[in-house]
Amino acid sequence: MRKIEAREITEAVSRLCQQANFELGQDVLQALKKARQREESPLARDILDNIIKNAGIAREEKLPLCQDCGTAVVFLKVGQDVHITGGDLYDAVADGVCHGYAQGYLRKSMVSQPLSARTNTGDNTPPVIHTEIVPGDALKIAVMPKGGGAENMSRLVMLKPGAGSKDVTDLVVKTVAEAGGNPCPPLIIGLGIGGTAERTMLLAKEALLRPVGQPNPDPEIAELEEAILKRVNSLGLGPLGLGGAITALAVHAEVMPTHIASLPVAVNLQCHSARHQEVVL
Amino acid sequence: MDTLPIASPINAGVIDKLRAGDRVLISGVLYTARDAAHRRLIEALDSGKELPFDLVGQTLYYLGPSPARPGQVIGSAGPTTSARMDGYTPPLIAAGLRAMVGKGSRSPEVKEAIKQHRAVYFVTIGGAGALLARSIKKAEVIAYPDLAAEAIMRLEVEDFPSIVANDIHGGDLFQQGRASFQKDSL
Repeated sequence: MRKIEAREITEAVSRLCQQANFELGQDVLQALKKARQREESPLARDILDNIIKNAGIAREEKLPLCQDCGTAVVFLKVGQDVHITGGDLYDAVADGVCHGYAQGYLRKSMVSQPLSARTNTGDNTPPVIHTEIVPGDALKIAVMPKGGGAENMSRLVMLKPGAGSKDVTDLVVKTVAEAGGNPCPPLIIGLGIGGTAERTMLLAKEALLRPVGQPNPDPEIAELEEAILKRVNSLGLGPLGLGGAITALAVHAEVMPTHIASLPVAVNLQCHSARHQEVVL
Repeated sequence: MDTLPIASPINAGVIDKLRAGDRVLISGVLYTARDAAHRRLIEALDSGKELPFDLVGQTLYYLGPSPARPGQVIGSAGPTTSARMDGYTPPLIAAGLRAMVGKGSRSPEVKEAIKQHRAVYFVTIGGAGALLARSIKKAEVIAYPDLAAEAIMRLEVEDFPSIVANDIHGGDLFQQGRASFQKDSL
């Protein structure tokens, strides 16, 4: 049994919230630079140059990459041999979000109730926390500040079991086309296939944690990712939807077993400001 | 590509010349407003109350910035999705609003109001809030401070980069841009 202090978790989450909002991952930057080379539209090339320049300014000046510093989505992989001491695990995570958003001058975007009382909680809590119990004695924390514009364009559809990859592809292409410039393309497309309605949505979001463009290890799924990316990039939407060859940087698909009657498909869109940072305690 | 410097509030004569796809650098005054502020502006209009600033001829920027660090003018300051403002926009244009800055395409009703009342919709670079903050020289909350990041601010900008997306002639950069680069149909 390994002990981890709640205080260490709070500090880690605070640091990760800030780091994710200031520092765009090298994988994302490389993908943007590659897109810049391949882009056909002069206006779109200029937009991509500015997006790359923005990442440099954010890193140097510790200014958020985007004013929408997101819902703090926190993924915890808790080793079953870990014992959290000195406080409650979820409180420790929420305290880290509260501290990180205050210290980093990050925008607080959470409202307390979704309908009538849309009052800002003032500290960007509560976070959305996904916990998985895994073997071992480590605690892995990934923080993904998820912007509202792209999240709003998410979709869940329960396809017929015989639908297959063609229908999945059509669904993704339709989702991206209808989203247009709203989710801030070029996108990373998180795709969940299988499981149940709620589980596949999480699968789609988890897929966004993968390094940009790293294919699924299953060759059939990797092929599907590539086919979808090609079709999405033939839409012509381009960066910010103003026309161009690069609408998406990558498609990340994850699959899992499902019911004989079901083929759940979830699409979770990630804007070009693809922010996430992780640490293992 | 050429960029056209323009002053905000935007002169009616300038509006006539702008075409979808034109790149502009805006200098002058912008007022920020997002969802919650729009709701209040419309409530004020509907009940015949005075608006917190004179809207006639002005430019709205769909922005809720991140907080300024001490000594800075503003935090990160890029556009939010304009489509969420679509329902509120035609009455604001009818009341005198002349220009809007945001990201993403607009509804047919907004495009019609732009044509009818001679307004313009610009897009700026979504997700480049750190870069765009450099063009903002002054920022001051002038209404609804209780809305925090959604309060209305008066901004003074210099060479704020934008692109004409919808003009008074019915030009729509989203449609034109996509048509130029589309490689197959759905």
